[in-house]
Amino acid sequence: MEQFLGDYTFRTVALGTAILGAISGALGAFAVLRRQSLLGDAVSHAALPGIGLAFIITGSKAPLILMVGAGLAGWLATVVVLVITTTTRIKFDGALGFVLSVFFGIGLVLLTFIQKFPDAGQAGLDSFLFGQAAALVEQDVITIAVLGGLALAVLVLFWKEFKLLSFDPEFANSLVLPVRRLDLGLTTLLVVAIVIGLQTVGVVLMSAMIIAPAAAARQWTDNLGIMVLISMVIGALSGVGGALLSTSMSNLPTGPTIVLCASGVVLVSVIIAPRRGLVWEQIRRTLQARRLRSEAILLDLFELARKHDSYEHPHMEAALKVMHPNASTLRRQLRSLHSKGLISVHSTGGWALTEEGMNTCKGLLDKRVR
Amino acid sequence: MANAIEVRDLTVAYRESPVLWDIDLDVPSGALMAIVGPNGAGKTTLIQAILSLIKPAAGQIRIFGQPYRSVASSVGYVPQRGSVDWDFPTSVLDVVLMGLYGRLGWVRRPGRDQRTEAMAALDQVGMAELAHRQISQLSGGQQQRVFLARALVQDARIYLMDEPLQGVDATTERTIIELLRTLQSLGKTVMVVHHDLQTVSSYFDEVLLLNVRRIASGPVSEVFTEANLRLTYGGRVAIIKGAT
Amino acid sequence: MSLFQLEIQLVAAVVAVACALPGTFLVLRQMAMMSDAISHAILPGIVVGFFLTGNLSSPILILGGAATGLLTVVLVEWMRKTELVREDAAIGLVFSALFAAGVILIARYAGDVHLDTDAVLLGELAFAPFDRLQIAGYDLGPQSLYSTGLVGLLCAAFIILFYKELKLATFDSALCATLGFLPGLLHYALMGLVSMTAVAAFDAVGSILVVALMVGPPISAYLLTNRLDRMILYSILLAVTAAVSGYWVAHLFDASIAGCMVAIVGVQFGILLCIAPNQGLLAAWRRRKRQRWQFAIKMLVIHLLQHEGTPEAERECRVDHLQDHLAWEKPFAENVVSRASTKRLLNPVGESLELTPAGRELAREAIVHR
Repeated sequence: MEQFLGDYTFRTVALGTAILGAISGALGAFAVLRRQSLLGDAVSHAALPGIGLAFIITGSKAPLILMVGAGLAGWLATVVVLVITTTTRIKFDGALGFVLSVFFGIGLVLLTFIQKFPDAGQAGLDSFLFGQAAALVEQDVITIAVLGGLALAVLVLFWKEFKLLSFDPEFANSLVLPVRRLDLGLTTLLVVAIVIGLQTVGVVLMSAMIIAPAAAARQWTDNLGIMVLISMVIGALSGVGGALLSTSMSNLPTGPTIVLCASGVVLVSVIIAPRRGLVWEQIRRTLQARRLRSEAILLDLFELARKHDSYEHPHMEAALKVMHPNASTLRRQLRSLHSKGLISVHSTGGWALTEEGMNTCKGLLDKRVR
Repeated sequence: MANAIEVRDLTVAYRESPVLWDIDLDVPSGALMAIVGPNGAGKTTLIQAILSLIKPAAGQIRIFGQPYRSVASSVGYVPQRGSVDWDFPTSVLDVVLMGLYGRLGWVRRPGRDQRTEAMAALDQVGMAELAHRQISQLSGGQQQRVFLARALVQDARIYLMDEPLQGVDATTERTIIELLRTLQSLGKTVMVVHHDLQTVSSYFDEVLLLNVRRIASGPVSEVFTEANLRLTYGGRVAIIKGAT
Repeated sequence: MSLFQLEIQLVAAVVAVACALPGTFLVLRQMAMMSDAISHAILPGIVVGFFLTGNLSSPILILGGAATGLLTVVLVEWMRKTELVREDAAIGLVFSALFAAGVILIARYAGDVHLDTDAVLLGELAFAPFDRLQIAGYDLGPQSLYSTGLVGLLCAAFIILFYKELKLATFDSALCATLGFLPGLLHYALMGLVSMTAVAAFDAVGSILVVALMVGPPISAYLLTNRLDRMILYSILLAVTAAVSGYWVAHLFDASIAGCMVAIVGVQFGILLCIAPNQGLLAAWRRRKRQRWQFAIKMLVIHLLQHEGTPEAERECRVDHLQDHLAWEKPFAENVVSRASTKRLLNPVGESLELTPAGRELAREAIVHR
């Protein structure tokens, strides 16, 4: 590990993957909140023919040129999806699946076509399928940083407009904000975020870099700004982690490794995140069930007390057992109520409400009536 | 008194079949008006047309004699509660601040002054204590009050509300009605899409009976008659055949 | 055309049809992206099956892949039910994680054998005839013809047997449930079929292009008809056409067969999108133009009817008044009036317009009481 950190090549790779992870995390947060997760999938698959065409036309493998091609194709894909869904009765999912696979198919045809070029300079293009972090050089990192930085700057500049657009576009429209142009702008930023990751993560799995960090980050906070920051951190860490693993082991393609890292973070977040996570939810449910059960016992004692003259009249556990035939935890509940001072135990072994217990019961009944 | 909103020959069509047909409507300045009509009568569409959210097939709408774009800042809008995702990661105060985005202009962020304004609006709807709560933790009535606060903070002259009383608790209903009265006493014009015919005469002083066409509009005491209601609802729902 | 070429086309056509059958229902049920998810997610199942059998067209692979496909459906459903992640994000997360795992398995453990990433993305349709099914020394044809044919027959049998139930579950899932047809069970059965088809087709066209074959022909057919049975029929015809012509285009340009099939699927849709009789862009444009006039004429006669005989009729029923009243441009207003009078709906009397009985009838009809 240390040998990697000292290594110039590795530092370049780590920097590149960290930046692209952070950018896709930031824009991904908006995509996920706007229910456009799968649009990212379509854009990244659809970028392939753009890469192929850019190479065929220019004969260059410069990252910027290929990114421009990829970006145009990805952007065209979103336009085609929009045209199909607005002019025909075909729904969003159908249009998305169609555009994604057909663009990708055409991209593959172009790649097989390029393979037959005499100078066979296509080796670099193949890596766009599943990504190749090791191939990142300083020039690529600069391109990623500049494009990503620009995208982030625009995001920050129009932060409040994009936020309103994502939450309530109709209200934004009533404030005469140019909703359609904002929408176009945010989608374009998403395309940029996808395009800068293609070389490292690959077209097939880039969409996961849009979805996973954002979906994980959502579990940890209820604030959009913090969510975007956490999403950027998760994206960057997954990027670096995946790149580290894939360069340190042979035959480990970068894209899939990064994606598995990010997916792992999602799984962990969904399970353990405070307040929203599954563990938390389970604890809350258990506590609530326990509270309801002891309330029920308390109210039974109240019911029994009303049949007698005084609430101090003790009742045997057996009587309560009849009212709760399947309460296996009856004794434990009684003890817990006792320790809260709501019931008292008599020398006969019977249980009775204390005055405080009486008041609690009245409060509970009041609440139920309301 | 001058009219706050004037609608002339408004026709709106979705996919070539009309939703609103040839509506003429004057809303006097300072009116508190209910929009009433059966489902699919075009109530929401009328509000959206006034707000320029949809493009009419014909007709024109003037607000204080001007097109919407030039007076947008004097119109406050309360959309239906169900129109947004309440799991969005944002707080009550944040949502209310959104009402000021139009006035703030591009790039500028809401600052302390805006926050004070937003808090005042939240206080008006009895939600100040919940300002920092995440919006998914609100009840339906509280969500509705947040939307109202967001419109209040716009400090508009006209308020358009889409079913603010739909499915809210009694407390919220009382708060909203009081608020409507306050707005009216401040000289604001308020139009409210309303479902409950029982309460029209006690809550509002003007009413528009709508069913694709304008059936009647004016003071509740004159217009809200059984004959007009029968024309609006009456089992036989008036429609316009699609232009096919 | 050699026997070799014929066999490839036959396999291609069978694959395309087998995909189009369940695809039709995916499109109608607005679950087209599930085909994308499943076709990606089956990869680890196929890889593990391949390690076990050493054969890409073994029936064990089909079962293994189908099981992974169903696992995807279950996982997506589980994530959605936690309400922590929305359905679209859940789909994107699950399939990319599984696909990433599959790619890593291949890269790590199968890098130098028959299964490589090219096969994953493109399939090996050109090699289909080399893998023969031989029983007792008799050559019965390409093995993949039998595996895909079998799955195709299974799909056909399922659709024929449960046609009525599928139709009901697709268009009215609630009614279907009240009639006791278990839409949930049908859903899982359909997803199982999609998974099996995706596995069977994987060998021929790879894992992503399957999506094009499942979604493309059905959405093209959807542009042509409203009827389910016709839609299935047209999907089959379009699928076969795409398979055969795709083969010849690939032959001509010496490109990937699967890629060319998918490109043809895209072209088919593009053409139909423009010229489909009712749904096409051209038809919609023409209809809108026609309806614009009809609509305007109707508005005119209603306007005249409403002011007929009223004191302001003199002012309201003049051509020049229409301009500001209905917000019509002068040439447009004149055009509408002349069209209406050609249809004998009104008579221009000097500057004023007067309805004919037919015009009055039309206006009344337009404001009907149901």
